[in-house]
Amino acid sequence: MCLAIPGKLTTIVPDEDPVFRTGTVDFDGVTRQVNLAMVPEAKENDYVLVHVGIALQVVDEEEARMLLDTIRTTEDWAEELADPDELNQPS
Amino acid sequence: MKYLDEFRDPVLAKKLLDQIHATVTQRWMIMEVCGGQTHSLVKNGILDLLPEEVVMVHGPGCPVCVTPMNLIDQAVQLSLREGVTVCSFGDMVRVPGKEMSLLEAKAQGGSLKMVYSPLDAVQYAAQDAFEGVVFFAVGFETTAPANALAVLQAEKQGLTNFSLLVSHVLVPPAMQAILDDPFNNINAFLAAGHVCTVMGFRAYYPIAQQYETPIVVTGFEPVDLLQGIARAVTMLESKDYTVENQYARVVLEDGNRAAQDTIFSVFEVGDREWRGIGTIPESGYVLKETYRSFDAVEKFGLLNRDTDTQNGCIAGAIMKGQQKPKDCPHFGKGCTPVNPMGAPMVSSEGACAAYYNYAQPTVV
Amino acid sequence: MSRQDTITLGHGSGGTLTHELLDRYIFGPLSNPHLDRQHDGAVLDLRGPLAFTTDSFVVQPLFFPGGDIGSLAVHGTVNDIAMCGAYPKYLSLSLILEEGLLLTDLERILQSIQKACLEAGVQIVTGDTKVVEKGSGDGIFINTTGIGTMHPKAHIGVERIKEGDAILVSGTLANHGITIMSQREGLSFASPIESDSRAVHEPVLALLDELGDAVKLLRDPTRGGVGTVLNEIAQQSKLGVQLDAESIPVAPTVNGACEMLGLDPLLVANEGLFIGVIDQSVKEKAIDLLKRFPASAAVTFIGQMVASHPGQVVSHNAMGGKRVVPMLPGEQLPRIC
Repeated sequence: MCLAIPGKLTTIVPDEDPVFRTGTVDFDGVTRQVNLAMVPEAKENDYVLVHVGIALQVVDEEEARMLLDTIRTTEDWAEELADPDELNQPS
Repeated sequence: MKYLDEFRDPVLAKKLLDQIHATVTQRWMIMEVCGGQTHSLVKNGILDLLPEEVVMVHGPGCPVCVTPMNLIDQAVQLSLREGVTVCSFGDMVRVPGKEMSLLEAKAQGGSLKMVYSPLDAVQYAAQDAFEGVVFFAVGFETTAPANALAVLQAEKQGLTNFSLLVSHVLVPPAMQAILDDPFNNINAFLAAGHVCTVMGFRAYYPIAQQYETPIVVTGFEPVDLLQGIARAVTMLESKDYTVENQYARVVLEDGNRAAQDTIFSVFEVGDREWRGIGTIPESGYVLKETYRSFDAVEKFGLLNRDTDTQNGCIAGAIMKGQQKPKDCPHFGKGCTPVNPMGAPMVSSEGACAAYYNYAQPTVV
Repeated sequence: MSRQDTITLGHGSGGTLTHELLDRYIFGPLSNPHLDRQHDGAVLDLRGPLAFTTDSFVVQPLFFPGGDIGSLAVHGTVNDIAMCGAYPKYLSLSLILEEGLLLTDLERILQSIQKACLEAGVQIVTGDTKVVEKGSGDGIFINTTGIGTMHPKAHIGVERIKEGDAILVSGTLANHGITIMSQREGLSFASPIESDSRAVHEPVLALLDELGDAVKLLRDPTRGGVGTVLNEIAQQSKLGVQLDAESIPVAPTVNGACEMLGLDPLLVANEGLFIGVIDQSVKEKAIDLLKRFPASAAVTFIGQMVASHPGQVVSHNAMGGKRVVPMLPGEQLPRIC
């Protein structure tokens, strides 16, 4: 459920009422006006997660990088798998 | 696209697959709660790459699939009513009601407008002096802030021609209902990432502990899903019945407070009927007393025909993870995406449609 | 707005108003020796085997980035002739106009038809115009029928497809469908995406000049997209189609729109694209040749015909995952979940 994708917040349109605060979000060249009421902390050039026209969260760049780094730097399990017995563990 | 492509990296995905193969020692049933996760697992061909001990079970997290038939019928009734336009997400318009779907009602002169956002429906109501613009507000927690916001925007603009037909459901009660089922066979959950973006994951700690079921909050891209599965397998193997957050780039432990405040300014928790599962107490959102004027059911005096007709569709068992789409005698025969008998065949994230569309090749 | 500015039922009466309309908006801009005769039909001097096709065009909005219903009506039929392995020569043009259509819009559409014909080297030699009451049409419906002479080296047929044949697409996918969707109220998003509506007969004929019967099949993946046409090819050839998921060309902006709306670019419409199934021994030659034409500069090999999984299209990704690509069921709708 809940298709939500990250896009870059390029401009913020100020509105006195936070319920109507919007910004332009760029999805690789396709842009859409997105409501920013749920992400008052969002700044221009942040990436925001957009679902049905509203931004639900600012993407945490540090967390994204850390996750990828963790996977990249974990030991290579393929070597362990080279032992054929490992592949057919009795269940 | 940034934050998507990196999480589709085949090198990282393979590494995680190796890790899963190396870790697993016995058969585990892992349920991905969200239909978007099902869609991604099948679309990326991940199910076949997992060790045979790891069995992915497809959860109930598809708003289209769990919306009861009588609500579809109410939406159909409204769309056929003079002066009323029903606005809906594209997903909902092909779901069969008792007599017809919204799309079929449109062919009979019904007024239906597909929108990308509930806020677009509010704008539409503001532009046109229609008697009634009704937004078919389906969804899980992820969609609730948007639907609540639509009501707040309509209120602030003084719109009296805007209302919601609400069918909002909640994830944790459904997970609990699955675990409480005497036939339950689920060992671990991948929790729905975007639901947790809104709600956080504190509610899952007691579930994980009480039912000895590890829960991993998981994203939607191949690397996310594989890491979620790898974590779940590791936790199961080491009897670690806790909650982990794989999707920290958009999920905080407490979720998004601003979004929760918006939801609870408009909605309150109430009982909901789930298609194929039945009524689950306190499993959905209903409009609060102060916003009842935005409730299409009251506004238009809709009849609540509480009759979910049975036609041999086993949607309930499929959504509880007790049966696979291929176990259904109608699968691919009487029931196809073009002529669906039940909702899981309609929505592209419904387990049946995912199996039908992205099924594995029949190798000869 | 005065009556003179729009189409009225009188324009379809066959009388003076009809004549004025035809003279000014149709015979004028489309003038050629065949049409100028203004007879009940055209007499053509054509030899040898012929290719013959017809198509009707309905689109909203009538004008969209990259084209309009007029250019679409010419390109669509020209491309269908080309897919038969023929030189497009002559078209018929049938217009069904709805009362209230702006004459300026009709003028724009006819100018666009004229331009598209000129560019494609085809002539409109016969036609018809009818007017329907307000509410019975969608502004304008267009039917074009085309006729062309076969390329002497063409030997196109799904029965000629063999295991190992290579599958190419002439450009990036889904541009037309996403353009039309971006113009629809309710889904409004801004994008620099334009429809790919264009004639593709030049590269196709050059391919036949060069490779002859090594070109086994040509198809024009309009409605239903590339995925649907590949399913048809798999079913008709009783072979499987194996796709390389990473090689399928989609422009970044189109991909962005597809991600946002939850659409599969393989199932979105195109209007200036062709799929070629060719003998794998001439793969490199075909690519080098097609790259020289603007209409097929982004040509890419996306897969091959295989003996396993007959009748199915299976996409393989770099992770080692496989999925069956379905035929488009009904309409592809934007999804939230």
